[in-house]
Amino acid sequence: MTDMTDMTTKTDPLVEMRDIHISFGGVKAVDGVSIDLYPGEVVGVLGHNGAGKSTLIKILSGAYQADSGQIIVDGKEAKIENARDARDNNIETIYQNLALADNLDAAQNLFLGREIIDRFGFLDDAAMEHKAREVLHRLNPNFKKFTSPVSALSGGQRQSVAIARALLFEARVLIMDEPCAALGVHETKMVGELIDQLKRDGLGILLISHDLHDVFDLSDRLHVMKNGKLVGSVRTEDVTHDDVLGMIILGKMPEHLMHLAGPGATNGPAATNG
Amino acid sequence: MSRLLSKMEVDRRLVGLAVVLLIIWIGFDIASGGRFITPRNIFNLSVQTASVAVMACGMVLIIVTRHIDLSVGAILGVLAMIMGVVQTDLLPQFLDYNHPATWILTLLIGVVIGAGIGGIQGLAVGYLGVPAFIVTLGGLLVWRGSAWWVTQGRTVAPLDHNFILLGGGIEGTIGATWSWIVAAIAILAIIYAAIMERRRRLSFEFPVKPVWAEYTNTLIKGGLVLVVVTTLNAYHLPTRAAERLLENKGIPVTPENLEISHGIPIPLLIVALVAIILTIVVKRTRFGRYIFAIGGNPQAAELAGINVKRMTVAVFALMGVLCAISAAISSARLQSAGNDLGTLDELRVIAAVVIGGTSLAGGVGTIYGALIGALVMQSLQSGMALLGVDTSLQSIVIGLVLVLAVFSDKYFHRRYSDPTA
Repeated sequence: MTDMTDMTTKTDPLVEMRDIHISFGGVKAVDGVSIDLYPGEVVGVLGHNGAGKSTLIKILSGAYQADSGQIIVDGKEAKIENARDARDNNIETIYQNLALADNLDAAQNLFLGREIIDRFGFLDDAAMEHKAREVLHRLNPNFKKFTSPVSALSGGQRQSVAIARALLFEARVLIMDEPCAALGVHETKMVGELIDQLKRDGLGILLISHDLHDVFDLSDRLHVMKNGKLVGSVRTEDVTHDDVLGMIILGKMPEHLMHLAGPGATNGPAATNG
Repeated sequence: MSRLLSKMEVDRRLVGLAVVLLIIWIGFDIASGGRFITPRNIFNLSVQTASVAVMACGMVLIIVTRHIDLSVGAILGVLAMIMGVVQTDLLPQFLDYNHPATWILTLLIGVVIGAGIGGIQGLAVGYLGVPAFIVTLGGLLVWRGSAWWVTQGRTVAPLDHNFILLGGGIEGTIGATWSWIVAAIAILAIIYAAIMERRRRLSFEFPVKPVWAEYTNTLIKGGLVLVVVTTLNAYHLPTRAAERLLENKGIPVTPENLEISHGIPIPLLIVALVAIILTIVVKRTRFGRYIFAIGGNPQAAELAGINVKRMTVAVFALMGVLCAISAAISSARLQSAGNDLGTLDELRVIAAVVIGGTSLAGGVGTIYGALIGALVMQSLQSGMALLGVDTSLQSIVIGLVLVLAVFSDKYFHRRYSDPTA
């Protein structure tokens, strides 16, 4: 592990998940996985459908509770039993299709669930629009459609709104589920720029994807999972696409990085635990 | 034209509806030889529309949250029966006949029971997860059956004297003077709202409408209020009724003072009040915002911390409250409560809401659209009745209009709504 954390030895991890186990009806969905995330770092969590990556992340975002294992936020153990607990720990999740109400406009979506109200208890839409313009302008200076329903926005603009929503909650850890799924080339580039900017602001970002190409260029590190176990964690600069594909498909660490293999990795064909 | 409308920030669908309504009115007026657009017919139209219009306001919220309520007509029936018994059998045991508190207590009891009935259905939908279509289909049978059991089928009459005013009979209006006062207040409120909204947007340096558009908008809204009130004030009491009214007050009858205006009927005032309150709820409160969020994306709403189940109960309970108000209006208008009151009203209400532009897929809908939808439905029915069209043919026409309305809405929406606008 030592050579991998060289660049971040000065700081503590924002979030660490240690030895997480969870099973559903006898199936070990996540089996002893540990991952970490540092400030200003983008980490991809990769794996096929069913590899356990979404389950692992849902434990962090409070949708599921681990059977055993620890979640450590800022060096302290945190209890995350629901979405509110996650939010209290400044962990925000942007779900692929669940994030926005299509019929509401950007400001209404940004403030959904914590609207600004005036002294009579009525919604203060002007104040919310004002704040929304501020936050969205910082993220995406080209954003103009503040009063149309978000269904009228492009995929990239919708992602801007979803990310702005997380920022308003003062997120320090941002979990993005398939952030580039169903986006065009230009839109994907735009989301990439957004992520770069958040990174500079010191947020830690976890990108969940089953598609290597979506996250390879965005990520500083990759955690690869297969069959509920961590195949390994690698720095993007140390590996090629083919190396990572091998990890995803075969559950096999590249030869030159075997010393970094996780507990679930084998050098042969993938172990099945079904 | 379309650029003009977008500058004025007018809902295109609303303009379409208004045009349709105007065509219907002018068409019937020509066909009936000038008997449709008269103060008398407009007055009657407003009274006849009131009951469905009140329920339509609540149905908008139900449908926006992706539910449906098929039981509103039956709930209206059972509540009318209960309120009938309360005011004729129950309260007179404690209060004098026609006691001024009778109608208030009656309405209050109706509203509470209505909220309870709606709330129970909401619980079944929200917490037990039974589809609203099934819960309220069952409710339709349960509450219609219950309406019979209240008196074993006996029609309750006569109703309390003050209660009957809610139905807008000859005395159920507020008269000329008060009508002008209401009009003045409404126009001042329209101007005030426009100024405040503009000021607020300017204070944040947001883009605002051009000044001429503000003036035009305000002028149209204010003008509409003035036209409606003038029309209603132009409808005078029948000579016989006017004579009786003057004699009761001990005023000598002369040809001049026989011209007594009806003014705004009380049921129309109730509709206006319900519509204004619910519009404020929808646009300016968390409750309203959450209703639309749930309709747009229930999972997103849940993830944002909205208690979707509790909201479902609240929306159905609100529907029950509005059924109670409608029950009061309908039974007061007929001056009696029968257990078949409100039969098929659920279909009229849903049709009005859908014609008014509310999407059955949820998330989209307006209160004012539903009101115009209700007025379109009632205009068709009254117009055909005026022309002596058979009831069976009336049903056929209204059924076709409903389908046509939804089709044209879909068609125009697809054609003219520019997703990048």
